[in-house]
Amino acid sequence: MIPRHQTILLGVLVLASLVMGVALWQLRDRAHQRLVAGEDSAPTKAPEVAPAEQATLMVANDDDNSLLGQVHSLPLPSDPGSRARAILGRLLDIYAAANAAHPVPGGATSVAQVFLLPVLESDSGKAVAGTSAPGGSGPSNSGGGNSGAARDSGPELAVVNLTSSFVSTHPSGLETETLTVLSICGTLHANLPRVTQVRFLVDGQSRATLAGHADLTRTYLTSDAAPPELTHP
Amino acid sequence: MAALLVAAGLAGIMEPLAAAQQAPPAPPAPPARFVVVLDAAHGGDDTGGRLTSGQYEKNATLALSVRLRSLLGARGMQVITTREADQSVEMAKRAEVANHADAQACISLHVAETGSGVHLFASSLTPAVPSHFAPWKTAQAGWVTRSLALAGVLNSALQHGGLTVTLGRTALPGVDSMTCPAVAIEIAPQRDADRKITAEPDDTDYQALVANTLAAALLEWRTEARQP
Ligand SMILES: [Zn+2]
Repeated sequence: MIPRHQTILLGVLVLASLVMGVALWQLRDRAHQRLVAGEDSAPTKAPEVAPAEQATLMVANDDDNSLLGQVHSLPLPSDPGSRARAILGRLLDIYAAANAAHPVPGGATSVAQVFLLPVLESDSGKAVAGTSAPGGSGPSNSGGGNSGAARDSGPELAVVNLTSSFVSTHPSGLETETLTVLSICGTLHANLPRVTQVRFLVDGQSRATLAGHADLTRTYLTSDAAPPELTHP
Repeated sequence: MAALLVAAGLAGIMEPLAAAQQAPPAPPAPPARFVVVLDAAHGGDDTGGRLTSGQYEKNATLALSVRLRSLLGARGMQVITTREADQSVEMAKRAEVANHADAQACISLHVAETGSGVHLFASSLTPAVPSHFAPWKTAQAGWVTRSLALAGVLNSALQHGGLTVTLGRTALPGVDSMTCPAVAIEIAPQRDADRKITAEPDDTDYQALVANTLAAALLEWRTEARQP
């Protein structure tokens, strides 16, 4: 025969464990929601919660070798690296659309990351990319919220990390490759005016050319992306 | 008698001297030679792009180089090519060939399936004063102004020939090291108003039209190059 007080204790314990089980389940659910929300902000598409803002895209046209500024409204995260990535994503979506004037397959997912680094005085002209300055002011990338580079107000180097699938399907040619490079440089400068230099990586590695022509080993100055001009003497 | 002979001889010598003194100053002598460097881009392992016909760009550029070489040769120009076969040639080697030739025009030939008409590119380097000690990678900076002038002559000739032309500037490892007026030419498909392709870039007639127009334009460039 079990004493009455022991039966009550057992009942209380069973009830407590049931309550704790429910609480744990709810916590797990909440953690999962947070995780999903976190994943949403990392990829190319900005989270829907980000307010829609206007961005100027320098859109290339193969027919006349031109870059034309177009204002688009799209949700933009506040972190500069994520912002740059979202803007370039929209630009590459335009190129991936049917009947594009500058057709390049791939779209928004072709930009893996954009890192923004301060341009050091000694670097001007030939900045070295991919290394974060010692002392913690690391690159501000699209994944994290590190905005170390944004703290100063000097010129910035943007390191655009493209995916190898984008590069391997990019059409080959002097004009088409030059336009892709210049439109990325011009678009970055139009929306992040402090970006004065741009370097490219492919899957995090340096690469000789985009598709056989445009030099990806050099640092591009955003002033290069000014509309191509040729003067006849 | 001897004195007479000497006098006659002296007169014979003096006559052209006097004539030379009286004649108006002669125009500057034309350059003894007019050299064009033709650089068929790509080759060997570097196939370049792939055309709709299935042909590699490296073969199309070589065919164009061969065609241009004979057209320019027929017009009395000395032609030096960076390659005559399907072989890989380093960018530095191409520039070395061009710089050795002391050429009045260096033409790098490309063929592509994107865009339309003929794309002309000059180096995007900022013009600088020519120097014998210019850094190798940016040696073209001293020639950019002349390269833009050459691009201008080619542009008007091609447009007069009824071809679509786009002009641009770009960074090109080979051309950027050349110490001559240098232009990269990319032949793209000919398209109608609806962007429909009317001639592929490796179409024989289309290539012939472009090559003939370029040859005529280089003849004009030679005349301009003679101007002081
Ligand atoms: Zn090419």
